[in-house]
Amino acid sequence: MITDRTRAEMEQIVARYPEGRGRSALLPMLHLVQAEEGYVSPDGVALCADVLGLTKAEVTAVATFYTMFKRRPTGEHIVSVCTNTLCALMGGDDVYAAVSRRLGVGHDETTSGDGTPLTLEHAECLAACDYAPVLTVDYEYFDQVSPESAVEIVEALQRGDKPTPTRGAPLSSFRDTERLLAGFPDPRPDVISAPTAGEPSLAGLAHAEEK
Amino acid sequence: MPTTPMLTKGWADPESWTLESARRRGGYTALTKALTTMEPDEVIAEVKASNLRGRGGAGFATGMKWGFIPQGDDKPHYLVVNADESEPGTCRDVPLMLADPHLLLEGIVITCYAVRAERAFIYVRGEVPHVIRRLHAAVEEAYAAGYFGSDILGTGVTVDVLIHAGAGAYICGEETALLDSLEGFRGQPRLKPPFPATHGLYGSPTVVNNVGTIASVPAIINDGAAAFAAIGPEKSPGTSIFSLSGRVTRPGQYEAPMGTTLRELLDMAGGMRDGRELKFWTPGGSSTPMLTAEHLDLPLDFDSVAAAGSLNGTSALMIFDETDCVVRATWKWTEFYAHESCGKCTPCREGTYWMVRILDRLEHGTGTEEDIETLLDTCDNIFGRAFCALGDGATSPIVSSIQYFRDEYIAHYEQGGCPLARSLVGAGAGDGR
Repeated sequence: MITDRTRAEMEQIVARYPEGRGRSALLPMLHLVQAEEGYVSPDGVALCADVLGLTKAEVTAVATFYTMFKRRPTGEHIVSVCTNTLCALMGGDDVYAAVSRRLGVGHDETTSGDGTPLTLEHAECLAACDYAPVLTVDYEYFDQVSPESAVEIVEALQRGDKPTPTRGAPLSSFRDTERLLAGFPDPRPDVISAPTAGEPSLAGLAHAEEK
Repeated sequence: MPTTPMLTKGWADPESWTLESARRRGGYTALTKALTTMEPDEVIAEVKASNLRGRGGAGFATGMKWGFIPQGDDKPHYLVVNADESEPGTCRDVPLMLADPHLLLEGIVITCYAVRAERAFIYVRGEVPHVIRRLHAAVEEAYAAGYFGSDILGTGVTVDVLIHAGAGAYICGEETALLDSLEGFRGQPRLKPPFPATHGLYGSPTVVNNVGTIASVPAIINDGAAAFAAIGPEKSPGTSIFSLSGRVTRPGQYEAPMGTTLRELLDMAGGMRDGRELKFWTPGGSSTPMLTAEHLDLPLDFDSVAAAGSLNGTSALMIFDETDCVVRATWKWTEFYAHESCGKCTPCREGTYWMVRILDRLEHGTGTEEDIETLLDTCDNIFGRAFCALGDGATSPIVSSIQYFRDEYIAHYEQGGCPLARSLVGAGAGDGR
């Protein structure tokens, strides 16, 4: 929810940028709006406009340009399946189809009914091609998934469980990730050491050491 | 082939992302050397002499780029690190920042010192929160150790750095679109000239460099330009992180000298998966025209790949075998370009929109011979006529796939469907976008 604290935090974001260049804060501010509202809400747009001295149209023009800024309320988690060519041909299209069928929703749609609400999207390249096919939950990596393992992941999420990402921090929620993207460090202790370098990341190094 | 990792050397170290770990492998020694024993112009001269070329794709000479920054002007200078890694196939900056964020931070301070910038921004794509956590932690440690802030190591040098998350837009990897985005606008490219070196962030002199470029700087300062220039081809030296993905036995990140060939890289990666045959591959992401098995011995450096009619790009090798349909691959890549086209210029915005539709019907067996010519004609009207390189990149998979696999396109409409469809699910999934 947009509160006085949101305004104060937006002002903190503005203060990170050079004097007179407050507009640079707009993307992180929109991430903060999503952390509070789960999407870029009309109230959030109005507050951004007010803090930066812009019109709501100017703020909306920016918000609608970027894929990560959602125009409708999202679920507790966002599930992004890479369907760019490499992942798609390695099985990503099948993964997306299986998850979409299981959840009964399509791209940029959110589940309703029983269970924790999830938003599904097909994503463009997520910079993890050596782990293909990949999906992310709240943008944490689940590597080398199959249709079966992906369905298990979303079923667990719907039950309210938080399956452990292959790489990246333990799951929290879409909103908490958005708070991090607004530039506010993750307050959870020890998340920094969550695993990151799987076998593909170290494949070349392992080969060099053999030689 | 000798491979001494420079960029990836610390990736397997315990808690490699910490300052303590970075220091154990010599982290921040180049920063100390540069700031306490070299003049800024000497740093620029050293990087020029190293022949380091930008790792973001275009391969522009880094030292020369730095040299374009006017000196003695009264404007603030900026360094903007392009960490918006989004080119399909490209996946090396993310593991680098996860494993060794201090290598990037050290390079940032040295670069800022050289170009007399007191502020640096790391523009990192938004979809990688764990990278952002690691960067946040590393920045905090580096400030506490006195490597950032005012009067770094008692030298009077000031450098501040800010992590700035993007919000999902491939176009923001284009340097001027990135600057517009960083200024809080829609990420659309600017007309060049003027170039960022004179009119960049906030209209001030700005260096925009890729993560891999900046991370290469500490080794050049520590070991000297000559040692760096001696690795790989004379005009395209140093190591590069080659990202192998797709139908190989051990996909992953392979740091090797520029000029390494796919045959050598495949050997490192255990060859093609399941003994399959190499069919087509990209040397540097989807925007670089695809190559085939006849290019196995092509040295992968900026000049050699260009001479073979493609581009070195980001050393992102997506590797496909005989079970992969080139029309399907091209259709999906084109969907990507259509989605990511920023809309500013007509050839790219309209061209990618229509090409997706043509490729869709070709892949699904309802295309015609005329469609192939229409695609080539449309590409001809985009290439060189779009506002930025995104439009040119969108034509790469189409033109190159028709060049090498025209028969496969023909087979699609002659057989009324994809001759390679492996399964009904695989052939139909993801079509409902």
